[in-house]
Amino acid sequence: MAKTTKTKTTKTAKKSNIKIIVGLGTCGVAAGALDVYKEIESYLKTNKIKAEVTQTSCIGMCYKEPLVELITPETGSVTYGDVTPKKISRLLDEHIVKGQSVDEWIVLKEGDEGYERNFLKKQYRIVLRNCGRINPEKIDEYIKNNGYKAIEKVLKEMNREQVIEEVKKSGLRGRGGAGFPTGLKWEFAYKAEGEKKYIICNADEGDPGAFMDRAVLEGDPHSVLEGMLICGYAVGADTGYIYVRAEYPLAIKRLKIAIEEAAKRGYLGKNILNSSFNFEVKIKEGAGAFVCGEETALITSIEGRRGTPRMRPPFPAISGLWGKPTNVNNVETFANISWIILNGADKYSAIGTEKGKGTKVFSVSGKIKRGGLIEVPIGTTLREIIFGIAGGIRENIEFKAVQIGGPTGGCLTQDQLGYPIDYETLISAGAAMGSGGMVVMDKTSCMVDIAKFFLSFTQRESCGKCVPCRIGTKRMLEIVTKITRGQGEEADIDLLKTLAENIKISSLCGLGQTAPNPVLSTLRYFGAEYEAHIKGQICPANACDELVALNVDLLFFKINPNLCKNCGLCVKHCASGAIEGSKEEGYRIDESKCTKCRVCLTKCPFKAIETI
Amino acid sequence: MITLTIDGNKVHVPEGITILEAAKSVGIRIPNLCNDKRLHPFGACRLCLVEVEGARGLPPACATIVSQDMVVRTNTEQLQSLRKNLVELILSDHPLDCLTCEQSGNCKLQNLAYAFKMDSNRFVGEHFEGHYFSVDDTNPLILRDNNKCILCGRCVRICEEVETANAIGFAKRGFESVITTPYGAPLQETPCEFCGQCVSTCPVGALTEKMSLGKGRVWECEQVVTTCPYCGCGCQLVVHTKDNQIVKVTSDVKYGVNKGNLCIKGRFGFDFVNHPDRLKTPLIKKNGEFIEASWDEALDLVHKKLSEVKNKNGPNAIGGLSSAKCTNEENYLMQKFIRAVIGTNNVDHCARLCHASTVAGLAKAFGSGAMTNSIGDIADSKVILVIGSNTTEAHPIIGLEVRKAVKHRGAKLIVIDPRKIRLVELSTIWLSQRPGTDVAVINGLMNVILEEGLINKKFIGDCTIGFDEVEKIVKKYTPEMVEKISGIQADDLRQAARLFAEASDASIIYSMGITQHSTGTDNVLSIANLAMLTGNIGRPGAGVNPLRGQNNVQGACDMGALPNVFPGYQKIDNEDARKKFEEKWKVKLDDKPGLTVVEMINAAREGKLKALYIMGENPMLSDPDINHVKEGLGALDFLVVQDIFLTETARLADVVLPGVSFAEKNGTFTNTERRVQRIHKVIEPLGEAKEDREIISELSRRFGYEMNHHTAGQIMDEIASVTPSYGGINYQRLKTRGLQWPCPDSDHPGTPILHSQQFTCGKGIFHPVGYIAPAEEPDKDYPMILTTGRILVHYHTGTMTRRSKGIEELCSEGCVEINPKDADKLKIKKDDWVKLTTRRGEIKIKAKVTRRSPVGTVFVAFHFSESPANALTNSALDPVAKIPEFKVCAVRVERA
Repeated sequence: MAKTTKTKTTKTAKKSNIKIIVGLGTCGVAAGALDVYKEIESYLKTNKIKAEVTQTSCIGMCYKEPLVELITPETGSVTYGDVTPKKISRLLDEHIVKGQSVDEWIVLKEGDEGYERNFLKKQYRIVLRNCGRINPEKIDEYIKNNGYKAIEKVLKEMNREQVIEEVKKSGLRGRGGAGFPTGLKWEFAYKAEGEKKYIICNADEGDPGAFMDRAVLEGDPHSVLEGMLICGYAVGADTGYIYVRAEYPLAIKRLKIAIEEAAKRGYLGKNILNSSFNFEVKIKEGAGAFVCGEETALITSIEGRRGTPRMRPPFPAISGLWGKPTNVNNVETFANISWIILNGADKYSAIGTEKGKGTKVFSVSGKIKRGGLIEVPIGTTLREIIFGIAGGIRENIEFKAVQIGGPTGGCLTQDQLGYPIDYETLISAGAAMGSGGMVVMDKTSCMVDIAKFFLSFTQRESCGKCVPCRIGTKRMLEIVTKITRGQGEEADIDLLKTLAENIKISSLCGLGQTAPNPVLSTLRYFGAEYEAHIKGQICPANACDELVALNVDLLFFKINPNLCKNCGLCVKHCASGAIEGSKEEGYRIDESKCTKCRVCLTKCPFKAIETI
Repeated sequence: MITLTIDGNKVHVPEGITILEAAKSVGIRIPNLCNDKRLHPFGACRLCLVEVEGARGLPPACATIVSQDMVVRTNTEQLQSLRKNLVELILSDHPLDCLTCEQSGNCKLQNLAYAFKMDSNRFVGEHFEGHYFSVDDTNPLILRDNNKCILCGRCVRICEEVETANAIGFAKRGFESVITTPYGAPLQETPCEFCGQCVSTCPVGALTEKMSLGKGRVWECEQVVTTCPYCGCGCQLVVHTKDNQIVKVTSDVKYGVNKGNLCIKGRFGFDFVNHPDRLKTPLIKKNGEFIEASWDEALDLVHKKLSEVKNKNGPNAIGGLSSAKCTNEENYLMQKFIRAVIGTNNVDHCARLCHASTVAGLAKAFGSGAMTNSIGDIADSKVILVIGSNTTEAHPIIGLEVRKAVKHRGAKLIVIDPRKIRLVELSTIWLSQRPGTDVAVINGLMNVILEEGLINKKFIGDCTIGFDEVEKIVKKYTPEMVEKISGIQADDLRQAARLFAEASDASIIYSMGITQHSTGTDNVLSIANLAMLTGNIGRPGAGVNPLRGQNNVQGACDMGALPNVFPGYQKIDNEDARKKFEEKWKVKLDDKPGLTVVEMINAAREGKLKALYIMGENPMLSDPDINHVKEGLGALDFLVVQDIFLTETARLADVVLPGVSFAEKNGTFTNTERRVQRIHKVIEPLGEAKEDREIISELSRRFGYEMNHHTAGQIMDEIASVTPSYGGINYQRLKTRGLQWPCPDSDHPGTPILHSQQFTCGKGIFHPVGYIAPAEEPDKDYPMILTTGRILVHYHTGTMTRRSKGIEELCSEGCVEINPKDADKLKIKKDDWVKLTTRRGEIKIKAKVTRRSPVGTVFVAFHFSESPANALTNSALDPVAKIPEFKVCAVRVERA
C-alpha cells in the first residue's frame, strides 16, 4: 500500500513540473474558456507534452476572461488574459516549449508589479482568498489552504457560546444587504427554544449585475460549508439548507461535489471529527423568483409553498423553517467565518470602519474598464474602487453615476465618489450596501431610464402579496414610463415622491421597502434630468428612444472627434449618405443630407455621435 | 393583564392579543382588509399599520401582540395619509361599479373609500376601471369576479387554514397575481366543498352567492340570527329576508359553535323554504286524490278518525312519530298529545334510526346518553379517534374542529372507517375494518392497551365498576385474532392503541357507523369501555362524543319523544316520575313503554296499530326496507302526516296538514353538544300553513284538552318545570347565547363537559361485550357488502336540499361507490348503470369508481328517492335499542 502511494506521488510530482490552470468560473466559461481548455489538452496531446491541466474559478478579473495561468519551473506563474483557442498554439509554443513568455498577452506575472497587478494589490481578500487559486472540485486543495482547520478548532477548543462571542466580537454584519450583526443573529437562534433547529445559506443571489455569491460558490464552496458547520455547531442545528438559484448550474454542481467530498472525509454527517456534533447539508434549488432572496419568502419556498414573505415577528430565529428556530445567512457571510475563527476576531475587526468591520466583495459592472469582483476593506472610497481598482470608465467617457445595492439600492454621483463605502454612509446617501452589486454609468446613460430599468425589475419581481409593492410599484413604473415618453406632468414628481415614500414605509418586506430607492435617489441627485424630460421634453442623454424620436426634428447630429475612432461603421449604416470623410482624416455629418434617422447614434460603438 | 397606551388612553387588556383587538376593545377602529378572526394574520393590506414607540418601522396592528407599557398611535396624520394613499392604490385596480355591485353596502373597500373621501384617483393605470378578467360562473353557487378582487388572500387562506380543502390559490405574481383554481378548472373539479367560507370572508364583491344575485342588497334585507335546520352541529345563521323571501344566508364570526363558518347546506340550502312545492293548505284524500280543505275540515276529520280508533281499538292502536326536525317545544307537545290526550306511549321518532343505541348504551355506561364534551374543545384534544363518523361530510363544522386540531394544534388523528373518507388524508393512522366488526376492533385496541400496561388504573379504580369482567373478555381479542375478523393488520392496531392510550387527552368521535348495527348498543358500550379504560372522561379534550345527525334529534330525545321515557329521560315506569307528569298534565298516564318506529310499522302490518300521526318525518325514504314500510303504512286505517312538503310518506296519508319550516316559527333546537339554542321567525308562514305547535294545540282542543300556550316561550317554561336538566332554561336567558344542559336552575351556567366530577350514575359501569357478526353477511348470491350513509351536499331524505336549486344543480343523482378492483371484475365503468339487489329489493343507480370504497364493499347514500338505498337495507334490529342495521347488508352488484 505504502509503495503504491509513493509511486503515485513521484508521478504527480513529475507531471506537475508544468501546470496549466484554466479559469472555469461562469465568467470564464461564458467567455469561451471551455474551448480554450479543450484546445490546450489537444495541443499537449499532439505535441506529447506532459503537463498538469487543471481548473480554478473566477479570480475576479472577469474583464480578462478566459484566463490561463501557466506555471513552469523556469518562468514561475504567468497568467494570460483574453485567451482564445486560436492563441493556444503560439502561447504554448513560446511559453512552454521555448520557455519565453508572450508579453503582450500577460495579465499577471509572478514577481512583477506591472500589468494588472494593481487590480489585485489594492484588494484585501478574505472571502475570495481561495477563489481563482484553488481547484474548487478538489477538497484537498481547500484543506491545504487551512481548510476545515477552523471547524477542527471549534470542535476541539471552543464551546458554543465562545464561537458566538468570537463572531460577535469580529463585528461581522450580514453581507446579504441588511447588515444585521451576524453574531447577534446566531445568538438569537442559539437562545431560541426547540430541539430541532435549522440553518440556511441564502444563495439566491438575484440582483442584476451581482455575482459575488456565485463566484464564491463556484470558486470556494468548502469555505461556505465550513462556515455553515461552525454556525450549525454554535446555534445547535443539525441540518443546513443551501437555497441556491437554479440559474447557477455550475455553483450547484460544485456544491454537490463539495458536500459529497466533505461527507466522505467526515466533515459532514454524524459525529464530525469524532465529536458529538452531527450536521448535514441539503441543497434546495430556487425557481427564479427574486423575492425568494428575502429570508421569510425563502423559508416558505423551501417548505414547498408559494414563495411570498411572511410577517416578522416572529423572526426566523424563533419560528423559521417548518416553525423551528432557523438562522439564515448569505454565502459571503458564511465564507468569512472560518477566516475569523482562525485569524481571530481582533484581526478581522481591525479591518474596516467603526461600524463596518472586515471586507466586502463588490461585483463591478457597467461602463467600467475592469469589470469583475473586488474585495476591499469596508470604508474604501467609491473613487478608489471605480478609478483605482476598476480602472475608470471605458473609452474615458465622463463618469456619471454608480448604482450601488442592486435594484433596491440607489444611484450616487460624482460628488459622492469620496464617500467611504459602509452601511450607514450609503443608506444616508440614498443608496445601500445591498449584496454588493455596483453598476457604473457614464454620461450616455439617462438616469430616468436607469431608474425605470431597476424599477421595472423590482416591479416584475414583486410577489404581489402586499398592496404598496404590488400596486404601488406598478403605478410608479407607469409614471416613470410616462415621463420617459415625454408625457410626464409637473405634478408627477411630487406624486412619485409621495408614493415612493409610502411604499418604503408600508411594504411588507425588504423588496417593497427598497424598491423605490432607484427613483428616489435619481430624483435626489438627478432631478434636473426628470425636469428636462417633463418640462423640456428632452432626454439629455438621448437614451429614451420615444422622447428622442419625439424631438428628433429639433436635433442636430455631430461626431465628437475625441471619441471617434474612425472605424467607419456609421458611414456603412447611413442610408442617406450624410457622413463624409475617411479613416485617415476622420468623419463629419452633413446636416443638409441628414434625415435624423438616428441609426448612426445607435450603431456607434464609441458613443461618438452627439446631439445638440 | 397588560397595560398599554393607545392614542393617549391607558388601556388594560388580556395578554396575547393583538394591537388591533386591543384597540377594538376600547372602541378604536383601525382600518383593515385582510384580517379575519378565523385566520392567521397575513399582513397584506397594510392598512392597519400603526406607530409604536421604539419599534422599527410601522408594525401591522393585526399581527403585533401587545406588550406592557407599549405606546401605540393609530391615527396620526402620517398614518391617515398613508392609508388614504393605499386605498387610492387599491381603488386604482378595482372597478368602481358600486351602483350594480351585489356587495354594495356591505363592502369594506366601499366603506374605506367613503371614509377617506376618495372622490378621485391619481393613479390611472393598467386595469383601471377595466374589465380584465371574465367572471367565473362555472358553478351554481359561487360567483367569482376577479376584477373586484383585492388579493387580500382571505379566500385562499380560509380554504387552506379552516376548510383545508385547498381548492384555490394564488397564481402568477406581482401585479399579475390572480386567485384561481388549479389550472383554472371549475370549482366542481377541485376539492372545493362549497362551504362558501370564501364568500363569507371576502371583504369586497369578488365572491358572492350566485343564487342571491339581484334579490336584494344588504340595506333592503332584514337580518335575523337563527339556528341552522340541517345537521346536529347547531350553527348560527344570519338569515337575510326581503318581501317574505329568504335572500341569502350568511354567518357572523361572533355567533355560535360555527364562529362564522358554515357548510354548503347551511349556507346555500335555503331555497326549500320558499319553494313552490311547499304545502299551503290542508289536504284530504278523497277517492285516492288529495283535495284542498280548510283547517276545520281537516282537523275535525283527524279528530273524528283518531277518536274512532281510540274508542274501538284502544289508545295503543294509535301511534305518533315526532320529529327530529321540529323544535323542542313541538316535540314536547307532540309527546304530550300522544301520552296525555291519546293515552298511549306509542311515540317515537327517527332518533331510533340513528342514535337509539347511543341513548341506550351511554345511559347504561355513564348514566347519560349524550355527547360528553363540547364541539369547541375537540381542538384541545391531543389524539382524536374518529370511528364510524364521516365527520367532514355529515357534520362539517365539527369536521373543521378536527381539522383545526390536527393542522394547527398538532393533534394526532386515528380514523377507523372501512371507507377512505376525507379525514383519512389528515390521519396518522387509518384502520379500514370490515363493516360490522367494530366490537372486535375496539376490544382489540383494549387488548393491546391492557397487555402493554397503558390503562389508567387510578381512574378505573376510583370512578368505575365492572372492569374485571371486561378484562376477561378483552384478553381473548389479540391483535392477530382481530386481524382475522376485521381485516386490520395486527401491527396497525397496536400502533393505534398505543397512540390513543399514551395521549394525555384523547377524545372519541363516533356516529352512525357505530350505532346503525344490529350490535349498535354493544358498539357504544365498547367505546365507553375504551374511554374509561384510559380515563378519558370528564376533561376538556377528552370524552365520548356521539355526533347527532339532525338539527334537533338531541332535543326530540330530551323532550321524551321516545316510547319509554318522559322529557328529561325520566322513565315512564318510574312511579314518581309518572306521578309528577300526571299531576302536571292532569290526566292518568299509561305505565307501559310503547312501540318504537320499526315496531310500529310491524304492528301496522300485523293490524295491531290502526292509526298513525306522523309529524315531519319521511319513513318512506329514511327507514330500512321501505317496501316493508309501504306495506305497513298501507295497512293502517288512518294516516295523518304533518309536513312542509308532500313527501313520499305524505302521499300515502289520508289527511295532510301543512306545517312550517324553521324559518317561519319561534322555538329552540338542542344541538349535538346539548346546547339549547333559539330559532327565530324570519318570515311569516306561507299560505295557510301553521306552526306545528298550533296544529297540535288545535287538535288537542278538539279532544277537549287545552294546551294553553300562547307562545313558544311559554311551552319552554312548562318544559323547564318538568324536566330537571332543562330546569334553568328560559327564553330570556337564551336571548344572548345557548345553554348546554344539564342546566338545573336559572343561575346555572350550563354544563360544557359531562361527568367532570363523577358520572351521572355515580360510577361508570364497564360492560363486557363480545363480537357478534352482522345479521347478514355476504354469500354466494349476494357476495358484496352494502353500506349506506350521507354525502356532504345532500341531507337526509333530500326534502330540503333537493329543493335548493344550486345544490341540486351541483348534485342531482345518487351513485354507488365501488372500488376499481371490484369494478374491473364486474366490468363496470364510471357512470355505468348498475343494478344493486338484496334480499329485500333492488335499485338502479350510476357507478362511481373510487378508492374511497374498500374492495368488497359498496356505498350508497340514502338521499335519493330515484335510487333509494333503503329499498335494499336490512331491518334487522339491535335487541336493546331497536335500531336497524343500515350499515351492513349483503348485496349483489351487476351491470344494469
